[in-house]
Amino acid sequence: MLNLLILIAIVVGIIAIGKVIRVMELSSSIKGENSWLASDKDHRTQSRLMLVFLFAYFIFIIWQIVEWGDEVLPVSASEHGVIIDNLMTTTWVIITPVFILTHILLFYFAWKYAYRSDRKATFFAHNNKLELLWTAVPAIVLLILILYGLSIWNETMEPLTAEDDPVEIELYARQFDWTARYPGEDKNFGDVSVRHIEGVNMLGMDSTDQNGWDDKYVKAEFYLPVDKPVQFYFRAQDVIHSAYMPHFRAQMNCVPGMVTRFNFVPTITTDEMKEITGDPEFEYYLLCNKICGAAHYNMKMVIKVVGEQEYNDWLNEQKVFLAVEGLQEEAPVETEMPSEESDSSNTEMDETELSAQL
Amino acid sequence: MSAHAHNDNDFLFKYIFSTDHKMIAKQFFLTGSIMGLVGMLMSTFFRLQLGYPGTSFPFLEAIMPNWAPDGVLSPDKYLALVTLHGTIMVFFLLTAGLSGTFSNLLIPLQLGARDMASGFMNMLSYWFFFLSSCVMMASLFVEGGPASGGWTIYPPLSALPEAIPGSGMGMTLWIVSMALFIVSSLLGSLNYIVTVFNLRTKGMTMTRMPLTIWAFLITAVLGVLSFPVLFSAVLLLFFDRSFGTSFYLSDIYIAGQALEVEGGSPILYEHLFWFLGHPEVYIILLPALGITSEVVATNSRKPIFGYRAMIGSILAIAFISFLVWGHHMFITGMNPFLGAVFTFTTLLVAIPSAVKVFNYLTTLWKGNIRFTTAMLFAIGLVSTFITGGLTGIILGDSALDINVHDTYFVVAHFHIVMGLSGTFGMISGIYHWFPKLFGRMMNKNLGYLHFWLTIVSAYGVFFPMHFLGLAGVPRRYYANTEFPIFDNLVDINELVTVFAILAAAAQGLFIFNVFYSIFFGPKAPQNPWKATTLEWTAPVEHLHGNWPGEIPEVHRWAYDYSKPGAEEDFIPQTVPLAEGEEDSSH
Repeated sequence: MLNLLILIAIVVGIIAIGKVIRVMELSSSIKGENSWLASDKDHRTQSRLMLVFLFAYFIFIIWQIVEWGDEVLPVSASEHGVIIDNLMTTTWVIITPVFILTHILLFYFAWKYAYRSDRKATFFAHNNKLELLWTAVPAIVLLILILYGLSIWNETMEPLTAEDDPVEIELYARQFDWTARYPGEDKNFGDVSVRHIEGVNMLGMDSTDQNGWDDKYVKAEFYLPVDKPVQFYFRAQDVIHSAYMPHFRAQMNCVPGMVTRFNFVPTITTDEMKEITGDPEFEYYLLCNKICGAAHYNMKMVIKVVGEQEYNDWLNEQKVFLAVEGLQEEAPVETEMPSEESDSSNTEMDETELSAQL
Repeated sequence: MSAHAHNDNDFLFKYIFSTDHKMIAKQFFLTGSIMGLVGMLMSTFFRLQLGYPGTSFPFLEAIMPNWAPDGVLSPDKYLALVTLHGTIMVFFLLTAGLSGTFSNLLIPLQLGARDMASGFMNMLSYWFFFLSSCVMMASLFVEGGPASGGWTIYPPLSALPEAIPGSGMGMTLWIVSMALFIVSSLLGSLNYIVTVFNLRTKGMTMTRMPLTIWAFLITAVLGVLSFPVLFSAVLLLFFDRSFGTSFYLSDIYIAGQALEVEGGSPILYEHLFWFLGHPEVYIILLPALGITSEVVATNSRKPIFGYRAMIGSILAIAFISFLVWGHHMFITGMNPFLGAVFTFTTLLVAIPSAVKVFNYLTTLWKGNIRFTTAMLFAIGLVSTFITGGLTGIILGDSALDINVHDTYFVVAHFHIVMGLSGTFGMISGIYHWFPKLFGRMMNKNLGYLHFWLTIVSAYGVFFPMHFLGLAGVPRRYYANTEFPIFDNLVDINELVTVFAILAAAAQGLFIFNVFYSIFFGPKAPQNPWKATTLEWTAPVEHLHGNWPGEIPEVHRWAYDYSKPGAEEDFIPQTVPLAEGEEDSSH
């Protein structure tokens, strides 16, 4: 019943507006005007509104900056992040004046040159010098920005080498959580394959690969040592995800079937950041930033940046792959199996090689 | 069927299976607008969830009980709405709705042609579009809901029915719908290109064509070159989904089992998709800019400044648009060297864009500006084009993109530069050519109100999103409540939602104005805006063949406004050059 009443009210309202318009149109046609043609009064009103809008738009932007300026681009907590932020600032410094100037010109012209019947527009069809000016100036400015941007891009994406002695971490994404894997003492990640995913072995670790036996993996939160280069590897189990760590200005997609990389040096510990932000609850987060399903918006991991000592202590507390529940018993058996297998295959190899040589 | 069936007065052939370009333009306009309306309503529904996460809106449950149990949109259906909103707005409203309406209406009329090169193909183009719209709408009602993987439908999310509910039947229908859509687009585009090259009236040289036609022509070329690539992309996706191939799939474990897929790569899909996806942006923008050029010149009573530079910038934008698709993929794991190349080509787009903006500004300078509603929206477009275009310099820079990629900063950028500019261009065109479409005038005051409400609420929606994005809020999040780092941004989301509702309500004014004016608007005179172009020499009543008798001959370019020595402030293209007078297109 209520719905019906609302419907009737809407219909009556629309008819009423229609009638009012009709009356207005008829009255202006009696006065001999074309109701659809902009009148002198319209030109005055609309041109003034143009100026009003210009100011309102600028004030709105300034209000937003005052209101939310503190929230944007939180303090960068990585080495390259500071450099990227500088590039960002430079870009803003270039585009903001362009924005302001063109908007002032646009709305000022609209106000200044509003229609007057006693005036005629200036016939001004082209001017090569002017056109050259606003082709060349943007071209030069953009060239500078491009060169500046590319130097930072190359620096940021430069892979780490063994000399950098990076901390290596693999971030593994699936619907809808993250797992971080550390390579353990041997500094080598064990082989993985989707074929091995079973039960608690959710990363698909190949239990025959000795490199993986001391691998450690953690959920919910992972630790980074401050001021040390971190080499990330990203993998995904099911669909594309994206590892986004806004405070570190770091982001890379996690794509099924391939390993992607990113590296950075965290520079501010979580505790220091709590002081900087004045928020005792502050935590760094890893977010998923590629649409991956219903709980995409809640796929997260806490990142703790700590001193090296604390990092090592924490890492030592984590269980190695072999010790993970369920694998404890069968794994030692396997430890011998593969070595035998590989031995025998080696001998086979030798034999075949031998026979081939013979 | 009797011989009568092909009579002009026969309802079926006049209104339904019409081969007349003007009728087809109206069909595209109405279908596209209805789709656009649906897309807009979808956005207000998911904006409610974003502005007031978890709050119950009983009317949502009343409209869609399975999607919003207890009045709260479910996360799955949130993604479904986001996906279809994007798909509908990009393809159905701003590609087919925009080009379909204005290319069809204006190409023959502004060139002095009796009709399109192939009326039959043109009709097919509309009906494929119509079918495509129906299939897309039907996908709303299938089990699992419509496609929900974002409008870019990246596999494996879109390839595996077990990945997300929308990747079942809904996704299949999405692919079928897009295949039909691409056929429609190709039929239309080929027709436009052939018509422009072959059916120009006597005297209508390429450099006398209005900029609208240049824009439509280049848009059609972009469509012909890029849509087939999307077709192959979704065809391969279809194979992956239905026939067990693995073009895009490799090493996947999902729903408790490892799949037998090996060797494919989602990155291949991303390359194919964006090879269309980026030119697509200009398929939307160029017609809007073309319309703006025409509306700004006509209502400033001045020639468009730098006619040849405008053509040059259209060509440059179109050319560059095929070399920049990788900027959507900086952080997909693509080789960083490629990222560098794409940064270079991407930022080059800013040069022709800057030329266009400054040419618009100079056209306004010392003009005699008539504030028709169309002109207001054209000025609005210049503003949105600048605002959104400038942030493109940030996103196109790979180093900066690392941090803002896939955040609300991107959402703000492309909605302003593509969404708002595209819609403003389209609305401006409707106000301007309404008398040509329907033979009546639209109401001016409603139009003014519509414009001011729209531009205020549009910036109210999209400008604050820059701040969300710079704070690190990812797009396509069902709610921003799960991360304490976003707790201070709640009021931004609420503000955006309020403006989104206002923006949607403002479009109600426009819809009312359109339908009221179709039936009750004052009768249009032949040339209401005192414009120079050929369409205004055709009678108001729609004739098959456009002009009774001879097709008018063209003697000058399209922008002789306020030419010194002329009595009136415009000289139609059909007026022969006076003795000693030069054609100003050079």
